[in-house]
Amino acid sequence: MKRLLPRVLMAPAVLTLFLWMIVPLLMTIYFSVIRYNLMQPDQSGFVGLENFEYFVTDPSFSTAVINTLLLLGWVIVITVVVGIAIALLTDEPFPGRNIVRILLISPFFIMPTVNALLWKHMMMNPIYGVLAQVWAFFGAAPVDWLTDFPLFSIIVIVSWQWLPFATLIFVTALQSMNREQLEASRMDGANYLQQLRYLYIPHLGRSVAVVVMIEMIFLLSVFAEIYTTTGGGPGDASTNVAFLIFKQALLGFDAGVASAGALFAVVLANVAAVFLIRMVGKNLDK
Amino acid sequence: MTQTQINKLIYVVRAVLSWAVALFLFFPLGWLVLTAFKTELQAISVPPLLFFKPTMENFIIVEARSDYLLYAQNSLVTSVASTVLGLALAFPAAYSMAFFRTKRTKDILMWMLSTKMMPAVGALVPVYVMAQTSGLLDTTTGLIIVFTLSNLPIMVWMLYSNFKEIPGEILEASRMDGASLWQEFRLVLLPLTMGGLASTGLLCLVLSWNEAFWSLNLSAAKAGTLAALIASYSSPEGLFWAKLSAASFMAVAPIVVFGWFSQKQLVQGLTFGAVK
Amino acid sequence: MSYLQLNRIEKSFGAQRVIKGVDLSINKGEFVVFVGPSGCGKSTLLRLIAGLENVDTGSIHLDGREITDLPSSKRDLAMVFQSYALYPHMSVYENMSFALKLAKADPAVIKEKVERAAQILNLTQYLQRTPKELSGGQRQRVAIGRAIVRAPKVFLFDEPLSNLDAALRGQTRIEIAKLHRDLDATTIYVTHDQVEAMTLADRVVVLREGVIEQVGTPLELYDRPANQFVAQFIGTPQMNVVSVAKLPALETIAALKAPAGGYVGLRPESVKLVHEGDGQIRAKVDLVEALGAETLIYVTTEQGVPLVARQTERCHLDVGAGVGIDVDAEVAHVFDAQGRVVSASQAA
Repeated sequence: MKRLLPRVLMAPAVLTLFLWMIVPLLMTIYFSVIRYNLMQPDQSGFVGLENFEYFVTDPSFSTAVINTLLLLGWVIVITVVVGIAIALLTDEPFPGRNIVRILLISPFFIMPTVNALLWKHMMMNPIYGVLAQVWAFFGAAPVDWLTDFPLFSIIVIVSWQWLPFATLIFVTALQSMNREQLEASRMDGANYLQQLRYLYIPHLGRSVAVVVMIEMIFLLSVFAEIYTTTGGGPGDASTNVAFLIFKQALLGFDAGVASAGALFAVVLANVAAVFLIRMVGKNLDK
Repeated sequence: MTQTQINKLIYVVRAVLSWAVALFLFFPLGWLVLTAFKTELQAISVPPLLFFKPTMENFIIVEARSDYLLYAQNSLVTSVASTVLGLALAFPAAYSMAFFRTKRTKDILMWMLSTKMMPAVGALVPVYVMAQTSGLLDTTTGLIIVFTLSNLPIMVWMLYSNFKEIPGEILEASRMDGASLWQEFRLVLLPLTMGGLASTGLLCLVLSWNEAFWSLNLSAAKAGTLAALIASYSSPEGLFWAKLSAASFMAVAPIVVFGWFSQKQLVQGLTFGAVK
Repeated sequence: MSYLQLNRIEKSFGAQRVIKGVDLSINKGEFVVFVGPSGCGKSTLLRLIAGLENVDTGSIHLDGREITDLPSSKRDLAMVFQSYALYPHMSVYENMSFALKLAKADPAVIKEKVERAAQILNLTQYLQRTPKELSGGQRQRVAIGRAIVRAPKVFLFDEPLSNLDAALRGQTRIEIAKLHRDLDATTIYVTHDQVEAMTLADRVVVLREGVIEQVGTPLELYDRPANQFVAQFIGTPQMNVVSVAKLPALETIAALKAPAGGYVGLRPESVKLVHEGDGQIRAKVDLVEALGAETLIYVTTEQGVPLVARQTERCHLDVGAGVGIDVDAEVAHVFDAQGRVVSASQAA
């Protein structure tokens, strides 16, 4: 009875997730070894590893992998560093701190499509966008962000959305900072930088782990931001693996190749998962 | 300068800097709201207009052009239902993991999270095919199922880390007091985890409301959510920003306002076990 | 017929055997203390009785009924936890009445019982507060009150005083003893503190590594320890246990038949200091602790064996002074090489 109960309680969640994972996976494996083009339903049959070969030798492929990692890495770095800075800045009371907090977390509630459109049109448009006008005000030539720096633009957009989340986690973590420890360090003659180095940063270690983990989960599959802004272009300059698969599946109508790509994404996700469990999971287990 | 003066200076600098950073980061959103109340001409004027006579015409046009209320209703139904369903699945699982820990508990949790790491697009073709064959394509039911499943790992993790903060002895005490499993759950565990439950639910609501990938690909005119509606405004260029802003404003305003009010609650449970 | 009977209880966590076959019977109304160093299995044993863990093998009978496989909620036991485990979202009154409410008792009866318990424990004015608003000692009393209200068959205490400061601990210890006397309730009390064990218990159960080392009244354990472990665990300062080989003088003094490789144990109060030159053993003073009512003198014999002496007279010895030692052979304990007692001396 005592051994059965925990399993019974766990079963619904585990089973549904397992189905959610295994059924698409098996179907994907099946699709990946057959010819399956939505535009040519008459052609079918077993093709072995041809789809994989096609996907992996696609020149877009390596670009997409690199873009995925660049996007992931930069957004994590930006949100963690800036997030910690903001959390430290607003850690002490000042007039209107609650309003500042509300302003700071707002972007987190914005849906990715709105976020992307907002930046695409109103911020980064080379003629009417706010950034262009600021550039013009200082006498510089306006930049066509999404064309000239597509990946950078995507990184900015995604960072803007995820910064509040990181900040929130760090703010909460700072609240549990041991005040006596800080006072003791001041008695020991530590200045602010030393406090930062020896007290704040180590205290935030676990929260950094959490932020990295959650952002990794969501950012490996950034899609809507790319879909609504650059469409992966120009060329493949802002295409990540998720978007490449999408291009194959729905723009190329080649479900076979897309499935091969999806399996690759599964491998990528699992590599990331192993990495996470090694680096971060340990940190989370008391 | 005396130490008191230095401290005062730091205080002022800190406050000013905080406000500056907050306004800077909020600016795009604020700009969106302003633009929503401009005419199309004002929206693209050079230099940008800060002061103008607000107009409501964009909202009227957006509502007339696309059935805003239907999309809003879809968004509401899918996010609330997937949250409730997700909590019902995640709660017992997280309870079991937190209070009946085994060696495999962590592995299971990590496995759950790893399913979330796979790009959704990887499962797009099979899920699309399944939705099509089962007649769930472009239905709110289909979206609810998909949203629930894609949020489930995060919910289990959040609840699990909240449960771990409850001392097991309190539950044991209730068992010693003669509580059945159901009584233990209803009279002791539930009141104690209300905070964590609320913030998990809130996060899930926000995630579902904003979910764009599945709603773009699995729904159209009937079950489309606001996130998908907005994407349909992405194509046309140029003289269209005010209406786009108005539509966006209507799409995000409910969840942002909701987020503001529940902010404190959300933050409390959002530690993921990072705070000891 | 005993009230609570444990038969060959065994329990493992994974590969680790925590309880290795425990037999014990406890009489009705008895106050039994489980004592032992941390990790000895005393808390596990209590949790097995409580039904919070399940036994691997063996059986538990309570009041003529087998309860081995009953869930905690059906065993009619009450437990006071180390952390108190009060329900933080309920008031003191709700905490104390929770069990009765679950048992669907008549509200008037509940009210009366809770109020009486509150009166006994001096909690009447705090009934509407939540645990957060109480001090550590008050929380402790609520935890006890929660147990009393139910009038269970057995009270279980799991190190209930370890979160209190020293003064409060002594005071609460006395209250628990009084309470037991008034209620006459069967009680099992787990502690690592041998002073609590000695002062509270009718009988003490000394555990080590999942095995019962000895069961007896406090004075039995003090005067006639079954082995070296019990001898050294009970009593402060610890009993001096000296290898006979190291201090051959002991062998000659009392004509003790210490087996080869045996040990002699001397309570500090049976180590008598005499003038230098007198006594059977010569030693030097290392440290003098004057506690007022008694004085502890730490010495090292010329063979290099450290000993502690306790005397009720004040002591004017300086550190480094030479002394003689007189050993009261009558009360010496002799252990064999395995630490088992060979011939316990008679209690004075």
